Amino acid sequence: MAIATNFWIWIAALLTLAIYSFLYKDNPFYKFAEYLLVGISIGYGVSVYWHNTIITKVYNPLVYDKNFLVLIPLLLGLLMFSRFFKNVSYLSRIPIAFVVGAGTGLSVPSSFEFLFKQVYATMPLKLDFGSLIIVVGVISTLVYFFFSLEHKGFVGRVSRVGITFIMVAFGAAFGYTIMARVSLFIGRIQFLLSDWLGIIK
Amino acid sequence: MKFINFISNLDKRWIYLILALCIIIPFLFPVGFPMKTTPPVKSIYDFIEDSIPEGGVVLIGADYDPSTMAELHPMAKVIAAHALSNNLRVLFVTLYPQGAGMAQDAIDNVLKEWNKSNPENQKQLGKDITLLAYVPGVSAVVLKMGEDITQTFNEDGYGNKLSELEVMKGIKNYNDINLMVELAGSSVVLTWLIYANGRYGLKMGIGTTAVSAAEYYSYLQSKQAIGMLGGLKGAAEYEHLLDKKNVYGGRKDASIGMDAQSSAHIFFIILIILGNIAYFVKKRKEGK
Repeated sequence: MAIATNFWIWIAALLTLAIYSFLYKDNPFYKFAEYLLVGISIGYGVSVYWHNTIITKVYNPLVYDKNFLVLIPLLLGLLMFSRFFKNVSYLSRIPIAFVVGAGTGLSVPSSFEFLFKQVYATMPLKLDFGSLIIVVGVISTLVYFFFSLEHKGFVGRVSRVGITFIMVAFGAAFGYTIMARVSLFIGRIQFLLSDWLGIIK
Repeated sequence: MKFINFISNLDKRWIYLILALCIIIPFLFPVGFPMKTTPPVKSIYDFIEDSIPEGGVVLIGADYDPSTMAELHPMAKVIAAHALSNNLRVLFVTLYPQGAGMAQDAIDNVLKEWNKSNPENQKQLGKDITLLAYVPGVSAVVLKMGEDITQTFNEDGYGNKLSELEVMKGIKNYNDINLMVELAGSSVVLTWLIYANGRYGLKMGIGTTAVSAAEYYSYLQSKQAIGMLGGLKGAAEYEHLLDKKNVYGGRKDASIGMDAQSSAHIFFIILIILGNIAYFVKKRKEGK
């Protein structure tokens, strides 16, 4: 393997180094790479939305398929821009109300069903150690978050068991977080050593 | 005490430098730490290997961007390669604008490597694999796919009409999808679980970043997902399983990073132990 000759790999490698240079101290290279990322992300997003929404979902059906029903969501979408004009800004409430109403209607029944499956999964189908841990863990953790009773005596002892479970969960989450952050760094090092410098396969 | 003060006042840039060395050195001099395959990873592999008939469909959700690419991109590639090795059709879908670029890169890479390793069994874009065009709406998209996938997207990510693509033959909605593996480091996994699995009964697997992995174990236990790939380790395990089949010659991005991962973890364990010792010794000293 040899050092990359592809111009874009060089750009990606130099931008990676520019971002990591922040670990030494803040500098103009880091700032440049940061602003470039923000700008490109927004530009990319706008171009994707333009093609995949405005052109595909509005322009094409309207112009080629003569589907005039598209005008309804188009009008609702345009009403969102009324927020920029003080005297008619109240009109933006119409599409917001539509989104909130439809969104809530769609999500509430499904979310409840989803939650019930989780609750059902905490019920022991057989008596074993794993099931016991789940039942004790769920109940004691819920008791820890029950603030209508003072955490004293029996309630206090159960909530202390609850906080032990919470700490174990935090420990697992922290361990996974370290693994995730290291993985991201590994990804960039792999790119630099392999795709850019060609030191490894 | 001198050592404790040294640890407490150490400039964090030295820690960054040592961490960088802990990661770079294993790449240059691989150790080959042993790796075990965990049941959540194996169950997704086994499902694709044994439970989907030839010509079946695997839907892969590429809901990630370059920031989590290191963990999720190897998953996308290895699962797609595995599905192709069993002559299954692969559809990529994304609910994020940036996911389209990720999915296209995964498809290009897998097709290139697959066709290089298997000249007698060439796979084609549009016939064996494709990306459904990005459509905004997240949960609305997931719900509409349950009614009609072709109507939801109209075209693939390359501008071709879905109704004309061979890969889409006989696919109307989730009833025609054998497995969906959602790759994301965000709560979009829940959107798929709530709407696609909850409402339409779509069989699902999860591929997620290590940060989110602990959160999603509960969905395995409730059987809302059949399996899970957690972080780079999950991807490496899957690569290890596919490697045994010896059908795909693509680079094992996750597996070659596992030595670096292990050495970095050893370094972190040492740091945590030293940090705790320093904390308690200083606390004791101040108490006196």
